[in-house]
Amino acid sequence: MQWLRRNLVVIAGLLTLAYLILPNIIVMVFSFNKPAGRFNYAWREFSTDAWRDPCGVADLCGSLTLSLQIALWATIGATVLGAMIAFALVRYRFRVRGTINSLIFLPMAMPEVVMAASLLTLFLNLGAELGFWTILIAHTMFCLSFVVVAVKARVMSMDPRLEEAARDLYAGPVQTFLRVTLPIAAPGIAAGAMLAFALSFDDFIITNFNSGNTVTFPMFVWGSAQRGTPVQINVIGTAMFALAVLIVAGGQIVTNRRRKRALPQ
Amino acid sequence: MTVTEAPPTSPAPARPPVHRTSVRRRLVPYWLLLPGVLWLVVFFVLPLVYQASTSVQTGSLEQGFEVTWHFATYWDALTEYYPQFLRSLLYAGTATALCLLLGYPLAYLIAFKAGRWRNLLLVLVIAPFFTSFLIRTLAWKTILADGGPVVEVLNTVGVLDVTSWLGMTAGDRVLATPLAVVTGLTYNFLPFMILPLYTSLERIDPRLHEAAGDLYAKPSTTFRKVTFPLSMPGVVSGTLLTFIPASGDYVNAQLLGSTDTRMIGNVIQSQFLRVLDYPTAAALSFILMAVVLITVTVYIRRAGTEDLV
Repeated sequence: MQWLRRNLVVIAGLLTLAYLILPNIIVMVFSFNKPAGRFNYAWREFSTDAWRDPCGVADLCGSLTLSLQIALWATIGATVLGAMIAFALVRYRFRVRGTINSLIFLPMAMPEVVMAASLLTLFLNLGAELGFWTILIAHTMFCLSFVVVAVKARVMSMDPRLEEAARDLYAGPVQTFLRVTLPIAAPGIAAGAMLAFALSFDDFIITNFNSGNTVTFPMFVWGSAQRGTPVQINVIGTAMFALAVLIVAGGQIVTNRRRKRALPQ
Repeated sequence: MTVTEAPPTSPAPARPPVHRTSVRRRLVPYWLLLPGVLWLVVFFVLPLVYQASTSVQTGSLEQGFEVTWHFATYWDALTEYYPQFLRSLLYAGTATALCLLLGYPLAYLIAFKAGRWRNLLLVLVIAPFFTSFLIRTLAWKTILADGGPVVEVLNTVGVLDVTSWLGMTAGDRVLATPLAVVTGLTYNFLPFMILPLYTSLERIDPRLHEAAGDLYAKPSTTFRKVTFPLSMPGVVSGTLLTFIPASGDYVNAQLLGSTDTRMIGNVIQSQFLRVLDYPTAAALSFILMAVVLITVTVYIRRAGTEDLV
């Protein structure tokens, strides 16, 4: 009893963790299922069919490629535009600062469905054809704010004396920016870009409104919830999970090694 | 490009230095802002204007819509769909409370008790994001399946009797009930609660805990008087990051719920994409935006912290 009381926080925390991880485990396990009907919700028997033929379902891999393409372009667009705004906000004083700050904050403080619906009214009114371009425009828009926040945090913590030192050593403005400012801001820009990629790749609500007949990967999963869920969805979900965990683990190992190498000095 | 001319008298200013040079230099920030801000104005602000205009139009799909300043649409939409509005606020509120209740111990565990496991636990909190949230939400259909182990246990322990009495479940089913939707919402937004909580807990100086203990505070008193108040910024941003997206969500209600659990997001989605009644849909979307912004503003005032990001 005493033990239970002392470790209450640990137990509650681990239970929450289990709640968070359980669906991932289910997705993984059911990627080896051979379902009886069209829906992959009940366990029947072990099979590696889906793993051997991940693109065996019509349109699945096409939607995946499309999602990756859109996420890539949206990330590039949002990162460039967002980083420029972040630099301007941190490094300069100007009159409309407050307004710009609210303009950055509002897209993050609004339910996604409101942004999705209003964008659709814009596109309908302009007579724009819904598809790749409208999705890309929408994704760039809502990823932008997140990039600004990530880059801003990094640039703000940067010592301005480093740039002054560069100038004292006769570096021109362009050179200072390329050799000093940009390398220091790079982790913030990378974090913003990764966030943008993840947000765009997994976005459903805004895409649902503005995609027309174009099917991204989340749209494919959504549709399959009505028509029948192929096991291949679980295979791709599991593979993405494994890939990301590998990247995170690899990054951790590299940082650890660097830290060890830096220690002796 | 973004390099600034520092005034020679002030050494290492915390604030950016003032520009006194040429007009061209002074225009640099505006050139940096222009493309991104233009993008936000055209694809975020302008759509809201179009939506405002759509909400006061009348007409039909065949004959086209026209602005007639028909504000009655708002009233009609509210009287017809107020149950979905209330339900959205109720579900989102419940999910937010559950996220706080479940997330706090885990954030506390990672911040103070994890030791060398800290990084691993943090990765495990973020790891679910690596699989598309729709696939993970569908996994709850398996977990909460009728007659499945989870439902059986809940039934035997008597939890389902309590939730049935509360109107959250019906009989021995969990799927297609409010409980399933709230479970899905809580699950989907839990990391958005844990991460800000962890950030603000991690900043607390552990010596404050020792000091409270030295002054004869019981652990529970220390938590109530020291830890929790200091974690308030995390609580505020966590609840906002959970409540705002949950209130407009329609994925969980669609995948895990039934027609009796439709939230306002479901109504907006079907009005826009299936019924094609644009004025009503636009009005509903505006009401949702107003409700959320007002709730958030009042909440921030009450909680008394202005710094969010």
